Amino acid sequence: MSLLSVKNLRVTFPSDHGPVEVVRGLSFDLGRERLGIVGESGSGKSMTGRAIMGLIATPGQVTADVLTFDGVDLRDLPETALRKLRGARMSMILQDPKFSLNPVIRIGPQIEEAMAVHGALTKRQRRARMLDALTAVRIDDPARVARLYPHEVSGGMGQRVMIAMMVVMEPALMIADEPTSALDVSVRGQVLDILDDLVKRRGMGLMLISHDLNMVSRWCDRILVMFQGAIVEEISAGQLYKAQHPYTRGLVASLPRIDESRDRLPVLDRTAL
Amino acid sequence: MISVRNLSVSFAKTQVLHDVSFEVAKGESFALVGESGSGKSTILKALAGQLKSWQGDLDIMDAPQGAGSKRDLARKVQMVFQDPYGSLHPRRTIDDTLGEPLAIHGIPDRDRRVLDMLDAVGLSRRFRFRLPHQLSGGQRQRVAIARALMLDPPVLLLDEPTSALDVSVQAEILNLLKALREEKGLTFLLVTHDLPVVSFLCDRLAILRAGRIEETTDVADLRSGQLSSAYGQELFRRSVDG
Ligand SMILES: Nc1ncnc2c1ncn2[C@@H]1O[C@H](COP(=O)(O)OP(=O)(O)O)[C@@H](O)[C@H]1O
Ligand SMILES: Nc1ncnc2c1ncn2[C@@H]1O[C@H](COP(=O)(O)OP(=O)(O)O)[C@@H](O)[C@H]1O
Ligand SMILES: [Mg+2]
Ligand SMILES: [Mg+2]
Repeated sequence: MSLLSVKNLRVTFPSDHGPVEVVRGLSFDLGRERLGIVGESGSGKSMTGRAIMGLIATPGQVTADVLTFDGVDLRDLPETALRKLRGARMSMILQDPKFSLNPVIRIGPQIEEAMAVHGALTKRQRRARMLDALTAVRIDDPARVARLYPHEVSGGMGQRVMIAMMVVMEPALMIADEPTSALDVSVRGQVLDILDDLVKRRGMGLMLISHDLNMVSRWCDRILVMFQGAIVEEISAGQLYKAQHPYTRGLVASLPRIDESRDRLPVLDRTAL
Repeated sequence: MISVRNLSVSFAKTQVLHDVSFEVAKGESFALVGESGSGKSTILKALAGQLKSWQGDLDIMDAPQGAGSKRDLARKVQMVFQDPYGSLHPRRTIDDTLGEPLAIHGIPDRDRRVLDMLDAVGLSRRFRFRLPHQLSGGQRQRVAIARALMLDPPVLLLDEPTSALDVSVQAEILNLLKALREEKGLTFLLVTHDLPVVSFLCDRLAILRAGRIEETTDVADLRSGQLSSAYGQELFRRSVDG
């Protein structure tokens, strides 16, 4: 059985010209694997992640024929139950860690608090695990960083703190929205290794949302390409250059290459899509 | 066109650039490549006269940087930043933004110049009286490039000009920059962490690490994967393998 099952997911916002659908009938299943979601900005990637997590605020509306996580129907689940799930078994890393970290709690205590979901630990055990988690995300001086407030660290560091939080929580499902966009390639590789470890060793299911086609297609087991709120194509690992849909092909062609010899880059012809 | 010799910069007690030297010929497109914090933007700021103190010799068009007035410098070099939203005034129309440098420098023919520039950067004339938030990211970056070119400077300093854009929009802006350089004979100094962008837009590159240049080489060596420094090879590998 898959971990997450989604059928005909729709997200709608009211507007002056009537309701606007920003996610338009998405269907997919996620197992204990790395699933990439790619597409240009505005294609509905973040809204998809948020809808699954129950994080679309009014006036946004979410509907689905099926939205099941580990046997639990997420549709119409009371907010308290949802919140409990989010704190423990499914979690989301947001594009900007500033929005997901509590600004008034120091980083160390915040990570320790996230551990509470796994039952009682002594104060000393919690602290040791917290420092381990910060070390695992390649933070060199974990004791110092633990004492800082979220606004006192850089974007890249904040992103790693978020991931440390996930490491201690060991969720069954993680939706990571552009988790590496603020990171240099050197750190990016390390962060992907950590996520990979969570998938391979702890059997987590990962939805990796990103605009970085190359990275996602190299790293994920399969990717879904989104365009205007819908999936236009599914591609298996490393097969990006065999993409069929004109949108995907257009995106791939417009990327400069390291051995670039083209005088001009082809530009996506949106009118033809 | 640009000559940087033994440039060193410190902020408080921390030295962030160490004896950086390179030359950019007239009409050349030169890239400064490195990870964040390596000092790329600081080099551009020194050239653009935005740093209070630095050591070394900086020449632009055979004159020492800092010799002339700010106004003179503005006609020689202009900068384009990563985030066009942050660099455009939110309550000024595109027309205001493009007209301002002309007014400051007492350049006549304002309307014609603004319209010509909109055409040159591929922005429809109907955007002329819009505000930045009424444009897409790519359109805003076109405005930022247009503004930089209003005084006809021979040199553009480009700080990650396409890093915040979607790939298809990035392609449009890279094509635009290439075309403008060909038409106007511009000299580019481009800061980026993206090696494929260098391969498309540049003739030579310097690889920067922790405020020091590791190597300076021809873009042909990048394309063929023949960078000579160990760090250059590492960046190349990561770019290819992710
Ligand atoms: N609060 C909102 N009300 C109406 N439309 C919204 C709202 N938030 C986002 N959108 C629209 O939803 C679409 C999808 O957005 P998003 O999921 O954030 O895209 P992505 O993450 O792929 O860049 C966009 O067109 C965006 O303008
Ligand atoms: N105004 C400043 N005050 C103090 N430190 C600064 C300032 N500007 C940059 N730095 C530091 O100088 C180093 C180089 O920064 P920068 O030139 O912006 O790097 P890059 O553009 O390569 O990312 C970084 O360590 C940065 O934190
Ligand atoms: Mg998004
Ligand atoms: Mg910079």
